[in-house]
Amino acid sequence: MSDVFELDDVIGAGDGWIGEIPAGHLLRITDLHGNQAVDTLLYDARDYADRYSAIDTIREQGAVYLSTGSVLLTGNGEALATIVDDTCGRHDTLGGACAQESNVVRYGGHTRYQPSCRTTFLRKAREWGRGLEKRDLGHNINFFMNVPLTPDGGLTFEDGVSAPGKYVELRMERDVLLLISNCPQINNPCNGFNPTPIRLTGRRP
Amino acid sequence: MTGYVLEMPGAAADSLRLRRHRTLTLHCLGPGTNVAALIYALDDRTERLNVPDTLKAQMSASIAAPMALMSDMGRALASVTGSSLDWHDAITGHGLPGVDGAREGLLGELWKHGLGARDLHANVNFFSKVTPVGDQRGTLVYEPGYATEGDWVTLRAEIDLLVVLSTARHPFDPSTSGEPAGVRLEVAEGSAPGPDDPSRSFRSETARALELAERSYA
Repeated sequence: MSDVFELDDVIGAGDGWIGEIPAGHLLRITDLHGNQAVDTLLYDARDYADRYSAIDTIREQGAVYLSTGSVLLTGNGEALATIVDDTCGRHDTLGGACAQESNVVRYGGHTRYQPSCRTTFLRKAREWGRGLEKRDLGHNINFFMNVPLTPDGGLTFEDGVSAPGKYVELRMERDVLLLISNCPQINNPCNGFNPTPIRLTGRRP
Repeated sequence: MTGYVLEMPGAAADSLRLRRHRTLTLHCLGPGTNVAALIYALDDRTERLNVPDTLKAQMSASIAAPMALMSDMGRALASVTGSSLDWHDAITGHGLPGVDGAREGLLGELWKHGLGARDLHANVNFFSKVTPVGDQRGTLVYEPGYATEGDWVTLRAEIDLLVVLSTARHPFDPSTSGEPAGVRLEVAEGSAPGPDDPSRSFRSETARALELAERSYA
């Protein structure tokens, strides 16, 4: 991996990003306009089979939401990254990514050809190549998304707890391949029914 | 021959094909029974159980009758046609390598089918209950002794399936005394869900997932 790492990109509404971030570096994701879900997958850059695992991350921290101090684990229990700063306070990792097929299930056949996060994930993974396939798309993180899980067993998508300028910052614990879909969903409140751009900034600590 | 009965001890792993509209009933055999289940479409094993899609489409934090278990392609893989329990965990997985969990057994079964770590996904933990306490972190609490001998859950396959199972202890189970109890599996002939099927009537989302499964056999 290159010794030089600089990142400052604005990801447009409904667009995506894929790239490697070296161990020890910091990545900040900023919700420029507020209420914008950022669907995120992480892989060990040396072994894509060892990828972010939502269920292992949830179980090992004993809690369903992500915030400062949450360690993002692979299925082998390896730390990919740690959330070191968070001005939003709560992020989802249970809601998954929208897809054309799940949109049909959730909202009906008229949504079949709308943009979706999985379409973005697949497009970016194909651009990246290097053996990535659909089966490498595990359960993602939804930064800035609010999916309350209630003691009586409810789970719903609600209005975001984020606001313009809120950010979350990750420290990479190993070389990481990062795949992002800036969610285009317009059928539920996860983006306030209005997908907006986000900013990615990376730096050495 | 239609159907059979198979008993799995605790801390074991196995896999089976379950044909469309056959039912699979899991019977809890005693304290500590937990059945971790991975589910694949037999005709395309990159299509698999998607817990986030299953939970969010049916607005539920757990698996219960008459929900459908949905794939990442929108098809209903199976419907939960009945259960003596109203909560089956699907959000705490199967444990890390090196601990006495389900992971090694599940991976061993996957290898037999030409699958591996890239095909792992969030599994259902039948007979286990893990609930959020309702605080800011979403702290989870495991309910010890939730399932007892005689508890059961029945799935009806909606497409041909590959089902991979482990009876290792739930990762949150604090018990340390011996092996957990096992499970009795009962495969039987079922029938196609009719227009008034409880799963179809449960929610319009569930009905659409059943319809997508039916379309692939149309």
